[in-house]
This record gives sequence, structure tokens and C-alpha cells, in this order.
Amino acid sequence: MTDISQTPGAAPAAKPKGGSLFEKDARTKRRNAAESRFKMYGVAAIGIGLLMLVVLVTNIVTAGTGAFQQTYLELNVELKADKLDKKGNRNIEDIKKVSTFGYAPLIASALETEVQELGIQTDLKPKAMGKILSKAAQAELRNYVIANPDEIGKTVSFRFLTNSRVDGYLKGRVTRESIANDKSITVEQLDFVDQLRDAGVLYKAFNPDFIFGSDASDQRPEAAGIGVSMLGSLFMMFVVLALALPIGVAASIYLEEFAPQNRLTDIIEVNISNLAAVPSIVFGILGLAVFINYMHLPTSAPLVGGLVLTLMTLPTIIISTRASLKAVPPSIRDAALGVGASKMQAVFHHVLPLAAPGILTGTIIGLAQALGETAPLLLIGMVGFIASNPPDGIVAGFLSPNSAMPAQIYEWSKRADPAFYERAWGGIIILLIFLVTMNTIAVLLRRRFERRW
Amino acid sequence: MALSWLLLILLALAVIGYFTGRSRALASAGGNARELHSLPSYYGYNVAFTALVPALGVLIIWLLVQPMIIDNAISGLIPDNAIAEGSDRGLVMSEVRRVADGLNGAVAAGTMTEAQAQNANADIDTLTAALKDAGQVLTQDITQPILMAAQKYRSMTSSGSVAMQVVVLALALLGAAFAYVRTNKEFRARNVVEQGVLALLLLAASIAILTTVGIVLSMFFETLNFFQLHSWKDFFFGSTWAPNFRGGSELSILPLLWGTLYISVIALLVAVPIGLFAAVYLSEYASTVTRSVAKPLLEILAGIPTIVYGLFALLTVGPALVSLFGNGGALGLGWMASSNAVLTAGLVMGIMLIPFVSSLSDDIINAVPQSIRDGSLGLGATKSETVRQVVLPAALPGIVGAILLAASRAIGETMIVVMAAGAIAKFSGNPFEAMTTITTRIVSQLTGDTDFASPETLVAFALGLTLFIITLGLNIFALYIVRKYREQYE
Amino acid sequence: MNQMTSVERTVDSKNIKIAANNVQVHYGDTHAIKDVNVEIEDKTVTAFIGPSGCGKSTFLRCLNRMNDTIDICRVQGDILLDGEDIYDKRVDPVQLRAKVGMVFQKPNPFPKSIYDNVAYGPRIHGLAKNKAELDEIVEKSLRRGAIWDEVKDRLDAPGTGLSGGQQQRLCIARAVATEPEVLLMDEPCSALDPIATAQVEELIDDLRARYSVVIVTHSMQQAARVSQKTAFFHLGNLVEFGETGQIFTNPVDPRTESYITGRIG
Repeated sequence: MTDISQTPGAAPAAKPKGGSLFEKDARTKRRNAAESRFKMYGVAAIGIGLLMLVVLVTNIVTAGTGAFQQTYLELNVELKADKLDKKGNRNIEDIKKVSTFGYAPLIASALETEVQELGIQTDLKPKAMGKILSKAAQAELRNYVIANPDEIGKTVSFRFLTNSRVDGYLKGRVTRESIANDKSITVEQLDFVDQLRDAGVLYKAFNPDFIFGSDASDQRPEAAGIGVSMLGSLFMMFVVLALALPIGVAASIYLEEFAPQNRLTDIIEVNISNLAAVPSIVFGILGLAVFINYMHLPTSAPLVGGLVLTLMTLPTIIISTRASLKAVPPSIRDAALGVGASKMQAVFHHVLPLAAPGILTGTIIGLAQALGETAPLLLIGMVGFIASNPPDGIVAGFLSPNSAMPAQIYEWSKRADPAFYERAWGGIIILLIFLVTMNTIAVLLRRRFERRW
Repeated sequence: MALSWLLLILLALAVIGYFTGRSRALASAGGNARELHSLPSYYGYNVAFTALVPALGVLIIWLLVQPMIIDNAISGLIPDNAIAEGSDRGLVMSEVRRVADGLNGAVAAGTMTEAQAQNANADIDTLTAALKDAGQVLTQDITQPILMAAQKYRSMTSSGSVAMQVVVLALALLGAAFAYVRTNKEFRARNVVEQGVLALLLLAASIAILTTVGIVLSMFFETLNFFQLHSWKDFFFGSTWAPNFRGGSELSILPLLWGTLYISVIALLVAVPIGLFAAVYLSEYASTVTRSVAKPLLEILAGIPTIVYGLFALLTVGPALVSLFGNGGALGLGWMASSNAVLTAGLVMGIMLIPFVSSLSDDIINAVPQSIRDGSLGLGATKSETVRQVVLPAALPGIVGAILLAASRAIGETMIVVMAAGAIAKFSGNPFEAMTTITTRIVSQLTGDTDFASPETLVAFALGLTLFIITLGLNIFALYIVRKYREQYE
Repeated sequence: MNQMTSVERTVDSKNIKIAANNVQVHYGDTHAIKDVNVEIEDKTVTAFIGPSGCGKSTFLRCLNRMNDTIDICRVQGDILLDGEDIYDKRVDPVQLRAKVGMVFQKPNPFPKSIYDNVAYGPRIHGLAKNKAELDEIVEKSLRRGAIWDEVKDRLDAPGTGLSGGQQQRLCIARAVATEPEVLLMDEPCSALDPIATAQVEELIDDLRARYSVVIVTHSMQQAARVSQKTAFFHLGNLVEFGETGQIFTNPVDPRTESYITGRIG
């Protein structure tokens, strides 16, 4: 370095010698200004980083909380016997023959009655009134009738989902202007919605089906929930935990306590540190090629997802486990060896229990990482699958096709109807709640069991 | 017999082995455990492990190898003329497997007898009808060669699995018997068990190698297949990416590489200055309190899943940028047509990388010895002069390593670019245009209905292998630099 | 260089360069320096001696405000440099440190070339108008650091590649390059072998002609060899301060005597 940028040729400052310390010379002032500028850059950098965090979190919360509320319409439906059970013998097989489509008139006439009772003035035909409800309403009605055939002939009070346009209207996403080219709803229907809302039968309420329910087709965003894909994620995490923890701990014990200094050990070490940095999509390719194409494991199955995520999480768990094994002081091992324990006994009886909190912390963090990972799941078919039914049973949970939380979010983000975006953000809130909880547990564990030797 | 039953029997054998081995050892010492070489439980473990481990090992290998052998054998049975125009052996093989599965399902459901399923002269139509009745899914019409192959496949698979069960169980029994006979009070059970455990530990550690080998092999062979179908010159040196599933595709990696690098550069332009300044501030200026608050908060950004950033880019940053730079935007420039753009993906990826750069740099800056800082401050340098002229030059190799690691992250990042970069492969310098990357193309070529015999699908493996090699190279180089740097101050 | 010569050495000037009045230093809850009063003369080598942890290094670091870099350190009382309080709000520590240079216990050359190490101070303080002047300052400083002959052919070599003694002399050259008026040395020979120590001690004696030198040492022999004035610190107190010869031959305080005769320390 031979540049003399610090000695500008123009005006070299007088040598400080002899000058009073109480007077700052021009050069010191300049340097102090540079100092505060530099410090400002640092503050600005931190500020930008934190601002991004705030923007991101605010964005998630404002865009996603809507998903937890849904617009409902209360409706008293007369389950007309002449429509549902023409033979009148309450034979369940005959009742099942009435398709969902056959329930539409019931809803329309129920609306008509309700409009009269509430004294609402509208020019809409009953069929057009029924359009403000979700397509899921008829299915809901039919399921109810099949489950309770004795109720036929009575009038039952229901709380139906409205369709996503009406829901969007109440949430401010849909306006009279924005539906100009929209075929699925008209301005008159929105006026009708206003009247129903003023009458108190149409309102927003907490929507547990978003959290516990299943995904719906792209025609019915109002009915889509994340529950089933949450189960998919849960089964994947079981696989990851059951494989990654024992294998990771065994590998770490070998490397940290027993591995001789040789080529093989070096190769393993290099492999682990490099695997930790391999792009996750590459693990997806591995899963597709090995687990699905070669071993013919079922596509979209949480088992395959779990296997891929296990391979991805292993390096993280190994690295943190080795760190906690290393933190156990050699004196503990010496003490065990000194009373005649074998090396293996010293490790399994003394070192491992002492390192357990650290291992647990690392495992939870690894699991959290795996829970949020999306890219490899794209390749093994967990995206594009509509998780519409919860798996029946434990084995099916592992083997039958399912989605996973991040894959479900991605799926929603790709759909055309903007009503799904709200659900994607809502899904992110749930995903982040899981991650925050796991990380908090990890931090608490670390605090609780942190040991100073 | 299902696999789960086999496993249960093996486990039961191991448990029985444990108790018999233990009691035999105690008996040989006349009930006095002090006479034994090892603790009694070790004799039990010895029997249990000797029964279980070789049997399980053979089971796993058998499960991996059998499909390969059967596939090869069956695929040789299919005559060339049975392979339809535009199809290939791989597709026919998957049809064979589907039919075999269908037969299995039908037999299991009781709609078909075993004899019917094995009848080589069965009428194809009645068979198809029977399969459909049993709720089995068939995509094509069954042909005679496929049916024969499927029946052969079934018989080979079932005799294979019977053989496997026999071998595995025999091995378990033999192992248990061998260990049981060896059990006496002189036998060094602990040493043997510990040797065994050590071998298992080594096996667990070797999974890292297996994974790497698996990654390389799984991509390597498909890449070879790809290069047989498509010219490697076009892949590496062509100029156009235009997959066409009707054939005649141009599949060059260069436009994808350009998109990947362009987005990564923008991401680094965002992340490196912010991350580096943040690290400098945190390690040199911030009070302990500020540091203990700001550092974990920044690191939250690193813990957020990439799907969140993807959604943020797709639904928030992209539209915001369009409203600034797009047609009728606030700046009235009309530069940006769609929210999918290099800039969108780059900016968001940059935000994601800020904590990555800052934590790594923070560690590296902290590794610079305090004595060097004191030396500079003692000469009357200000803090910023010390940082810029002494600390940062001293930490430079480490910081370069950190930036390379961040670059490798950026190149391999998938979700943000899949959701926000776009799908158009081209060489362009305009950051407001949509471009595509290696990872997005891997995803798009491998999702949906894929045909593992077409170059348009196989190219994904060549892309993956290239991506793997690029990121691996960057990582090894970066880790090497960082390690050298750390050694300097140790 | 033995004890006898140092006693005979005369002190040419009585100018007080640094005066410390009632200095107290706290490290968090620890009271590290208790009520220290001392006057350091110009063109003199003053040695601070005392057992480990007695506060002598802490006090030295107060003299150019190096303790400012430690968050939990608080300094009370007055330290006057040429009659100006260096802890006054108007004083910029950066300007102060240009006047009061420092050499550390462990040689700490920057990971730069030998030339850049020495040129660093002049560059940041703007002491050279051009490259020629800077070259001149570097050469002069290296000569004053008594290392010029050893490194003049490899000024571009990294400073970290020198031997320990050479590194320490380089650090001294680096410190004098900014033309300080006071040179603080914190156990400058503790990391050096005896030959290198002798070279550095000889250098310190030469530096006395131009600077006021304050040296902290745990070696009484070294204090006796290089200094004219000696201050003995014990448990944060300044126990005794006086002519080096007198402290070593005829200490007033019993604690000083115990230390010199090796009973405490």
C-alpha cells in the first residue's frame, strides 16, 4: 500500500506539536466528520436491516390476518322432504342419490324466506341470491342431511360460507369498481350483501376451518384450509426426527470421540461441511432420482419428503451435536476412564447425557429449518397436490400423498384468484408461529442448561 | 408376509437373544456375575446384535438391489416391437409395474384369484375389466407382451421376497445361535459389542459420504443420458434456451447462467454493503446492549423460510417496484412491465442474505486481534480509520470467503427466483425485465408430467449437476480461504 | 548498562510534562487506581514498577486515554499535559494520542508492509506533503527505532514477518513517526528474548533525548537500567515516587523495600 490518500497535497495540516489540545485543528475536524459519517453508515445499515424485518413482519400480519376471519351467512333452511326423500322411507341410500346440485333450490328458497322475514327489498331472483354463498354450502347441507336423516322435514339453522367475492367485499379487497369485469358477482348482489349485513345475518367471524380444514379446489378459496398439509408437515417431521437425530448423534460421536486421524475421517468431515452448503433443490433432485424413480416410493408422500429433509438436516444436527460434545470438558472423560470405564462407556454414560441439552437445541433448530424448506418438496410432487382429505391412519399419513405447509403456501400463491393470496399469507403466519415456538424452545433450553465448566 | 412382520420377528428374535445370552453367561459363571469378563447385559447385547445387524444389513441391501435386477431381467424380456412409436423402454417398464401392481391389488381385494392373475393366456379384455372393477388405475391398454412381463415381474418379485425372507430369517437365527454358542464366562463380550457399536457409529458417519455419492451418481447418469440425446456443445456453448416437448429443443445453460449470475450480483450488491457495515458497527461501535438486541433481530431474517421471501417478492416488492418504475408508475418511467423481474428477485434475495453476510463478517472481524486495533488507536487513528485501514484489510480474506459463501447461497436459491424472477431465458442487461435461472428451470422441467426419456426432462439433471459443481467449488474455495485466514490469528 | 550508571545519570531538565492529580480509576465495581498523584518530567525516562495487577498499566493507559476504548472504565481526577487537562470535554483523544504515543506489551505490527506500518501514523495525521517527505519520515523513524539497517532493503516485506525484537522496534519506530511528545511503553520487552531486550533498552535510552518516556515494567533490573525516575505501585496506590537510584538503594516506604528485596510481588 503506497497510496498517500491520507496526505492530500493541497493543504497539509500544521503539525499538532505545540498546539493546544483544547483547539481542534481543521484536519481533526475533518477526520471526526469522516468518523461520524462512517458510524452513520453502520447505523444506517443496521437500520435498513431492521426496517426490512419490520416491513416483512408488518406485511405478513396485515396481509395474513384476514385469512383467520371469514364471512358467513346465517340461514334457516327447511329440509323439504319432497325434495330430499321422495319415497319418504328415510332410506339412506335413496337420500344419497340426491346430488349436491339438488340442494341448490333449498338454499334459494331459504334465502327467499329470509329476505321476506327481514323485510329486505331486492330485485334479485332467489337463484342469484344463492350465488353469494360458497359452492361449498350445498355440499355442507348435503353432508348434514346424510349424517342426520331424521332432520328431514324440519327447518334447521345453518351458518354458510359466503363466496370469496363477498368475503373480499367485507374485507375491503373487492369494491364495486373492481368487479366491473367480474362475471361471478354483480353490483346488485353487493347491495344485497349490504342489506343482509345491516340485518345482522351476514357477518365476519373467526374461521377455524382455515387452521384445521383441508385445501379446496381453486374455485372455492373461501373453503381452503391448511390443516391437512399441517398434518403432512407433521408426518415429515416425525420421519426427520426419527432418522436425523439418531444418525446425526451417532455420526457426531464417531467423529468427535472415536475417529482416528486418517483419510476416511477427513473425507467425511469435508463431506459434511460441504453438504451443509449444497443448495436444497439438489436434495430434491436426489430424492426424485433415488427415492421415487429408483426405489419407487410413492410420489408426494410425506415419507419421501421426510427422507429428503433428513439428508438435508443431517449436517446441521451433526455440526451442532459435535459442538456440544466438544464443550464437555476432557476431565469428565478422564474421570470415567480413571475408574475403569471403557471409552465407549465413558461416552455413553457421561459425555452424552451432559451434551444432551445442546444436542436437543441443535435438533430443534434443524427441524425448524426443515419445516420451512420448500424447494426439494417441489420436485418430489408435494406441490400441485390438492390436500383435500386428511390421511386415514398412521401408515397412510406417511405413505399417501399429501402436501406440506410451505408447499401448500406456494400452491396458493400460484392460483389465479387473489383470494388465495390472503390464505398464503395466513399460512405463513401459522408456519412462522411454529418456527418461532420451536426456536424459542431451543433458546430457552440453551439458557436453562447452559453450563460454564 | 409384509415387511413390517419380518421386522417385528427380527426384533423379537433380538429380544429373546438378549435374555437367553444374558442368562447363559450368568449360568456359565455359576450365577456369580463377578466371574464374568463383562457385565451380563453385554452378553445379551452381543447375541441380540449378532442376530439383528447382519440380517438387517442384508435386508436393506436386498431391498435396494432386487428392483434393479428384476427391472433389468424384465426389460430384457420385452421385445423391441412391443415398444410403441414415440414411447421407450422406460415408459413400457413403468406400465409393466403398474399392471403388476394392479394384479396385486386385484388379488388382495379378492376380485381375482391367484390363478387368474398368473394365467398367461388370459383374455386381455376380461383382465382389463377385472382390474378396473377392482379399482386399479391403468393408463394404457394392456398388450400381450406387457401382461407377460407383468406376470413375470410379479412372480420374480414374489419369489424374490420369499427368498429374501428366508435368507434374512436364516441369517438372524444363525447369528443368534453363533453368538449364543460362543457365550461363556471367558468371552470378552464388552469388547465385541463395543467393536460392533463402533462400526455402527462409523456407518452413521459415512452417510454423509453416501449422500454426496448419491447426489453425484443420481445426477451423473441422467446427465449422461441427456448428453446421448442432446449435444453437449449446445448445452454448454449454445445461446438459446427453448425447450420444446415436440422435439428440436435448444437447451443451452448460458442464458440461464446469465440470469442466475445477474440476480446473484444484484443480491450481493444489496447484501454485502449492508451486511458488512452492520457487522462493522456491531463489532466495533455498538454497546453491549445494542449488540445483544440488534444481532439476534437481524438473524431472524436468516431464519425466515425462503417461501416467505418468495411470497414477499411476488406479492409485495414486485407490485411496489412496478408502481414505481412501471407504466403509469409514480416515477412515470414505464420501464417495468411485470412484477416478475431480475430486480425484484435480486432485492429480496439481498435482504435474505444480509444476516448471512453480517454474521459471518462479524465473526471474522472479531477474530482480528484487539492488539492490532490498540496499535492503531494508540497512534491517534480514529475508529473508522482503524477499521478501514487496519481491521478490514486484515480481515479481507475472511470477508471474501464470507461473500463467496453468500454468492453460493444466492446461486442455489430456488423459491425466491421461482416466484419472482420470471420464466424468460435471455441475455439482457435490463434489471427490470423478467429472466430465468438454473434453479427455476430445474423446477419447471421436473414438475408436472415428466417423461424421463426426453432431453427436455433430463436437461434438469445436467443443470442440477452444473449447479452442484458451481456451488461446491465456491464453497470449497471459500471454506479454504476462511480456514487459512483463521489459522493466521490462532 | 548496569545499576551503577543509572544512578550517576543526570537529569538535564526539570520541565513537568504530565501532572496527574488525585486520579481514580474504576473498572466496573473494581477500584483499580486510588488517588494517584505524579509528575512526569520531559526528556526523562520514568519507570512504573510494581507487582502484577497493581494498576501500573491501567494508569499508563490513562495518560493517552486508551482506557476510553473500554466501556466499563471510569477515570476521575485531573491529568494535565503541558498544563491542559486531557480529560477535558474539548480534548479530542485522537489529537491527544498523536502527542502521546504508545508501544504495547506484545509487538503488534499491522498486517501490512514495513513501510506502510511506519507511514500509517504520518498518513492519518497528514504529516507529509508528498511521497518524498513521507519516505523521509519513514527512514528517519526507522533510524530512530534502530531498525533501519536491518530492514532498509525490504521495506515492502510484511511487518509481521520480522522477528519479535525487530517487530517491537518497528512498533517503536511506528510510534515515533507521528512525532509524539510523550512515549508510553507498556512492558515493551516482556515478549522479547534477552538480546532483543538489550537492543530495545538501548533504544529507550536514545529516545530520552527527544521525548518524555514512560515505561511500565515488571523487571526491577530494567527499571534501574533505563529510567531516571521510578514510581512504585501497589494495589492501586502510588506508594513511592522518586529518583531511580534513591528508590532502589534507599526506599522510604517499607512496601517498596519488601518488593525490591523480593518479599512481595
